[in-house]
Amino acid sequence: MSTRTFWLFLSLVLLHALHPVRAHADNTHWDISANIDLQTRYFTQDARWAGQDDSDGALSVAVSPEFRWRNAAGTQRASILPFLRWDNVDDQRSLADLREAYWAYEGDDFEVLVGANTVFWGVTESVHLVDIINQTDAVADIDGEDKLGQPMINLEVQRDWGLLGLYLMPYFRERTFAGTDGRFRPPIPVDEDNARFESGAKQQHLDIAVRYSHYLGDVDIGASVFSGTSREPRLVPSGNGTLLPYYDQIEQVGLDLQYTRDAWLWKLEAIGRGTASDNFFAAVGGLEYTLYQVFDSNADLGLLVEYQFDDRAATEPLTLADDDVFVAARFALNDMQDTTALVGLAYDLATSATFLNVEAERRLGTSYVLELRARFFSGDGLDDPVFIVANDDYLQLQLSRYF
Amino acid sequence: MKHRLLTALVVTTIASLLFAGPLLANTETETGFEIAARSDRTDIGFGASEVQLKMILRNAAGQEATRSLRISTLEKADETVGDKSLVLFDTPRDIEGTALLSHAKILDPDDQWLYLPALKRVKRISSSNKSGPFVGSEFAFEDFTAIELNKFEYQLVGVEACGELQCDVLERTPRYENSGYTRQVAWVDQTDFQIRKVEFYDRRGDLLKVLELSDYRKYDNGVWRAHKLSMNNVQTKKQTDLIYESYAFDTELSDGDFVKGRLSRLR
Repeated sequence: MSTRTFWLFLSLVLLHALHPVRAHADNTHWDISANIDLQTRYFTQDARWAGQDDSDGALSVAVSPEFRWRNAAGTQRASILPFLRWDNVDDQRSLADLREAYWAYEGDDFEVLVGANTVFWGVTESVHLVDIINQTDAVADIDGEDKLGQPMINLEVQRDWGLLGLYLMPYFRERTFAGTDGRFRPPIPVDEDNARFESGAKQQHLDIAVRYSHYLGDVDIGASVFSGTSREPRLVPSGNGTLLPYYDQIEQVGLDLQYTRDAWLWKLEAIGRGTASDNFFAAVGGLEYTLYQVFDSNADLGLLVEYQFDDRAATEPLTLADDDVFVAARFALNDMQDTTALVGLAYDLATSATFLNVEAERRLGTSYVLELRARFFSGDGLDDPVFIVANDDYLQLQLSRYF
Repeated sequence: MKHRLLTALVVTTIASLLFAGPLLANTETETGFEIAARSDRTDIGFGASEVQLKMILRNAAGQEATRSLRISTLEKADETVGDKSLVLFDTPRDIEGTALLSHAKILDPDDQWLYLPALKRVKRISSSNKSGPFVGSEFAFEDFTAIELNKFEYQLVGVEACGELQCDVLERTPRYENSGYTRQVAWVDQTDFQIRKVEFYDRRGDLLKVLELSDYRKYDNGVWRAHKLSMNNVQTKKQTDLIYESYAFDTELSDGDFVKGRLSRLR
């Protein structure tokens, strides 16, 4: 709770502090915008675990204003992106975060950034193995693509031979977990306020990462090294009816590759991770082929296949993507409303557990976006961790208003 | 690219002086190329440019949608490669910050990266989708990027009045793969050597679209720019207008502004 209060306080202070700056800034450029998301979820089955709220629906509202500033010379910029979410069922899903709150200076071939930021690494679609800088806002969406702002000092150097980035991360962000009321939680609720850390420095451990990325002709390459607190916690019994997140110290190397040829994208992500108890390897690779202007229309149809592999020990944080095939079709209508849809299925070759994912979105008018998500799980056996969420099939409708 | 063109011109000129007789048989093709080359040459030396524009999409029922975007371009005058360009969207708000970086080639597929601000993700994308619509508009990707001289073969097919000017009418045939067009017909005026109108013929050979370029203005550096481009799809009755603000040429843009690593720092 203290972390949230801290971020909320910081965002209020920064928001307040911005006003006088704005009044005196004539040549500088300000960009202020916002969006509000109204989201409703409908669960098709009763909750499985004791203590979970049994109502079918859940409602949440998220507000994310954006304040961006750039100086007249274009050498400095700053950004404040608070994110506030309120959920009517699970108070642990309510959140106040700063996804961005940084100042950056850009020289001819380098940039220094100080503050909280969100960074994405990687190329694949079904799992994001290499992406490690930001903590996942796991209660936002089970796809793991919502992130929490990571405090950092980031130095990037751009040369002919590529982009080299150094990240110093002095403060660790803990993962969000559903509360006792919420869906998508283990049979025993997670007490996220009492996390344990391998490092005695706890959240103050200095995490370090280096990433190199470049392209050579049709090949885009990224290589990264990370040393610090694992973004993925193990869940350990507390002894009094809850699970506690336990954050290991890890070393991780990552590689991402994409080969782009005609309408084909060949993709690979691989990581090797060392923890106190295990050294393991994980990879995801596959291809995406796009049929342009299918059926004599303006629409594109993308076909995706990826294989997910992970040989981590049972002592490590759970993963669903250990021996799974993912197939998907992606439609882009290329219309005025930018209508898109994706239907994907992940199938576990060892346990036959499946995960069906449907995502669609369309702009309404000029400033609204309607988004549909539907997720269905199958696999009741204890041999696949999907049993934890097997009753949490849901449909989600979200209306976003952009200002 | 442009040096190659100059070399080609010099070689052609010398060759026609030396071997005037036999080469005259080929005059028609050469003239078409020369007219296109002269038009292209009026653009040499612009260096780099930045411009804001509105894209207005209109369907057959008259419904409109507007997008505002910024385009930065860096000229590559000395190689067999094309220009570098960066398209950044400001509206609609939900795609604000979306950016497309292109390193154009002459005949090989361009290198293209798309930046998706919601995920802060840079994606290398296939550029073989030449004929697909650019962000739902009546402009295809190739209409934006395929303006390099050597991407086409040319033939002069006539001379016509175009408004108050006289125009050479050129037929140009794409030399690159995956074009949605069998041919294009371009009207180039004989006074300022600017393209005034282009007709696009689809893969069946039928007229698909007509592009009209107007509101030409000459800048201090001698370069002309059209400030209104109207693309009419005669088959679907859909229309896209591009309305440009004034161009800025006195920019400090360099190669370092057109790398994928910069896509996340544009806002």
